[in-house]
Amino acid sequence: MSTSANGSAAAGTEALSASRPTEVNRLERVVIRFAGDSGDGMQLTGDRFTSEAAAFGNDLATLPNFPAEIRAPQGTIPGVSSFQVHFADYDILTPGDRPDVLVAMNPAALKANVADVPQGGTIIVNTDEFGKRNLAKVDYESNPLEDDSLSAFEVHEVAMSTLTQGALADTGLGKKDAERCKNMFALGLLSWMYHRPTEGTEAFLREKFAKKPDVAEANVLAFRAGWYYGETTEAFGTTFEIAPAKLPSGTYRQITGNTALAYGIVAAGQQSKLPVLLGTYPITPASDVLHELSKHKNFGITTFQAEDEIAGIGAALGAAYGGALGVTSTSGPGIALKAETIGLGVMTELPLVVIDVQRGGPSTGLPTKTEQADLLQAYFGRNGECPVPIVAPSTPADCFDIALEATRIALTYRTPVLLLSDGAVANGSEPWLIPDASTLPDLSVAFATEPNAPDGSGEHWPYQRDPETLAREWALPGTAGLQHRIGGLEKAEGKGNISYDPDNHDKMVRLRQAKVDGVDVPDVEVDDPSGGDARVLVLGWGSTYGPIGAAARRVRAKGMPIAQAHLRHLNPLPGNLGEVLGSYDHVVVPEMNLGQLAMLLRAKYLTDIQSYTKVAGLPFKAEELEGVFTDIIREVNAA
Amino acid sequence: MTATDLGLPSMGGLDLVPTTDEPQKAKEYKSDQEVRWCPGCGDYIVLNTIQSFLPTLGLKRENIVFISGIGCSSRFPYYMNTYGMHSIHGRAPSIATGLATTRPDLSVWVVTGDGDALSIGGNHLIHALRRNVNLKILLFNNRIYGLTKGQYSPTSEPGKVTKSTPMGSVDTPFNPVSLALGAEATFVGRALDSDKKGLTEVLGAAAEHRGSAVVEIYQNCPIFNDGAFDMLKDSGEAAQRIIPLTPGEPIRFGPEGEFGVTTTGYGGLDVGKVADIGEDNLVTHDPSIEDTAYGFALSRLGDQHLSHIPTGIFRQVQRETYDDQARAQVQQAQEAKPGDLQALLTGKDTWTVE
Repeated sequence: MSTSANGSAAAGTEALSASRPTEVNRLERVVIRFAGDSGDGMQLTGDRFTSEAAAFGNDLATLPNFPAEIRAPQGTIPGVSSFQVHFADYDILTPGDRPDVLVAMNPAALKANVADVPQGGTIIVNTDEFGKRNLAKVDYESNPLEDDSLSAFEVHEVAMSTLTQGALADTGLGKKDAERCKNMFALGLLSWMYHRPTEGTEAFLREKFAKKPDVAEANVLAFRAGWYYGETTEAFGTTFEIAPAKLPSGTYRQITGNTALAYGIVAAGQQSKLPVLLGTYPITPASDVLHELSKHKNFGITTFQAEDEIAGIGAALGAAYGGALGVTSTSGPGIALKAETIGLGVMTELPLVVIDVQRGGPSTGLPTKTEQADLLQAYFGRNGECPVPIVAPSTPADCFDIALEATRIALTYRTPVLLLSDGAVANGSEPWLIPDASTLPDLSVAFATEPNAPDGSGEHWPYQRDPETLAREWALPGTAGLQHRIGGLEKAEGKGNISYDPDNHDKMVRLRQAKVDGVDVPDVEVDDPSGGDARVLVLGWGSTYGPIGAAARRVRAKGMPIAQAHLRHLNPLPGNLGEVLGSYDHVVVPEMNLGQLAMLLRAKYLTDIQSYTKVAGLPFKAEELEGVFTDIIREVNAA
Repeated sequence: MTATDLGLPSMGGLDLVPTTDEPQKAKEYKSDQEVRWCPGCGDYIVLNTIQSFLPTLGLKRENIVFISGIGCSSRFPYYMNTYGMHSIHGRAPSIATGLATTRPDLSVWVVTGDGDALSIGGNHLIHALRRNVNLKILLFNNRIYGLTKGQYSPTSEPGKVTKSTPMGSVDTPFNPVSLALGAEATFVGRALDSDKKGLTEVLGAAAEHRGSAVVEIYQNCPIFNDGAFDMLKDSGEAAQRIIPLTPGEPIRFGPEGEFGVTTTGYGGLDVGKVADIGEDNLVTHDPSIEDTAYGFALSRLGDQHLSHIPTGIFRQVQRETYDDQARAQVQQAQEAKPGDLQALLTGKDTWTVE
């Protein structure tokens, strides 16, 4: 088969420019989903398209969705990997519910994703993969490209594998290797359709494959072949433009939640002027925090890949005892293993940041999918009365701020702090207004230097507390005159010696609780553009911020007022929360669990809460929540 | 293990720990806490030995840290007037690893027992040893669970009748020295609680060793396993059973030195009468032999019945430590390119909204 792509074997560096007149449609927003086999490079393709959108100045949000298996059997439904990107000319809150465009690299990708494409949506398929064998693998009895099952969609059939191989015929690359560049062909085609800047992708490919220049050139050629295919074939009559978004002024970059979280830890080390030790064990979806931090040793960061989850947090606690910022990162199953050491941190009252990038549970659950079902584990998943402050980021970019906030609380109150991220914010990305490092909060701490016994004995009492924060002093080994012993056994208030005294234990249990209850957290803010007409409040926490916000906008656009509030501090809860809950006729709490926050709120505030839950391993769709909120408002108004 | 050659000078275990010229006394190392072990417990003797030994190091007392797990022996830190943490069951090596990695100016000691180190904490022990973190691990082996009142431990002899094994234990025990050598330990020693001189010598060498040092201390539990090591303490029997390891000297034992250690055909070691072996065929002890097979063979001379028990230093070799190398990497990175937070946050691909 001939190709219309650039025939030269070495791609030049001149920018691609369109010349064929097409109808240009201006859109406010579009959602594109790239779907293919795990080995097809869909995550990379989506990531690059996202970077192009970012470079163009669109607002964007992404949702990677991939299997836990590194390479599930080729061509099967379990092996399908996808990457959805939503970009727009205004500030958006979610990666989008349904793709306007689905790129399906094989029948499995089509079958797994077609139900999400709205009627009239565009589907671009790689026809080369629609052979009998691949169709049979996913139980297609007839070829969906030949029967009328896709008649509701605008389907573009492109022989991507053949075209890519043709474009690379002169490169000397083997057929198989050439075929592997088909994801870049798809990216090139989509880049043409959406008037994306292409220089960044070409530069990226040349840098990524710097050690294999022939592979780099092949990928650039494939990318260009896809672009020229759109430009020259008549199959695509329309291209689309999405203008840059009108975001607050400043300099932006694209960032994923896990990267932002790692940067937050780097910043926390700088702002506290403490060396950082991350003690951790690889686990999906938290490992990227380890990968990122291990690159930044030049900020005084030591990353310790331990023999297990328990040793990871143990090393972090040991480092904290020695005066470092101790951090451990994991996902839900790891928190279960770390529970006893978190308890030791609570008992010894040492600062510690414990990151839980939540995933589907219980047990091994859904390692690559998102969920919010560790809230009660964070609250109560330890023996004894063992309170810890809990914070949760709302968006990928918020992961940076929440890491600083978790550190502030840990250092100020000398306590382990649970940071509940999740798969959706961790792997999702969005534009980030780059903060001015000089304006970040000062987190510096004062270590104990003198014996503190109030009786003037010249002794050091390790459990003597600051009357305001109830934090004990941080007296580091190496400080003369402050030698003391701490540990997991109950300690006498003040002196800190082992104590089995009943009254002392009762007092210490209450002191530890009072310390956490007294953590200074900001009031929760309520967003109600109606100026107070809303009778329904929707309250969320964590990564549901995006879909809840998008749904609230849609509801308001229909003329129905609704108030929205979102919690970043889960323990303690903001001081004004009870009053806020009491100010509305109806409160609904959507969660990706079976109602864990709702249960806590009912218990604490003795108030009626409607819990709306879904535990599907995927973020809520704005459309779904829009329906829920609309129904609730109608019912409340009718009552 | 292949260590990256970071050009680190060969150091002793205490080289980065501040010292003092002030003479120290054992008394200064005793905390004001009443010692609460059972009367007659071997832990008392070990505590006294260590409190007498530490002043000889001349370190600043505030730069010494004892970290323990859970068990009778793990109460140890409370009785030491140093810094200390009584942590959770089995996890002391991991906590000590974090501390030692971030604080090279501390002399970090782990106090653990046979249950704590070899059962619940077995994983942390072997990984600390293979990493060669600069820790001194004192493994109090009384071959029984004391604090939980008398269940068999991973070092109890097969057939041991305890509360949890009324018909006798059917577990094969660990030989702690063999296990440590299998985990690539760079320093392994053994001593008896009652042998103040021998224990002090091993402790001294362990303290000066840069890297992980394991010292197995046979310790009597008078309540749940009384007399477990009596045959090594009985003046009549001890000489027949204890094989003292002295570097550079032929390995001989017995009241008249009439027994000795020789090689077997399989690269192992065996004991016999010197008269039968011949003086020239005795093995000369050398703990610096790189191959762990030698120390391992020595450790296999002993068995659960204590018919022969080598004491002293089995292995003492130099290998770069985890903590030195981890710190060197951080330092290298900082010198190559000091951290610039604003540059990191900004990254490479940005765009500006007016």
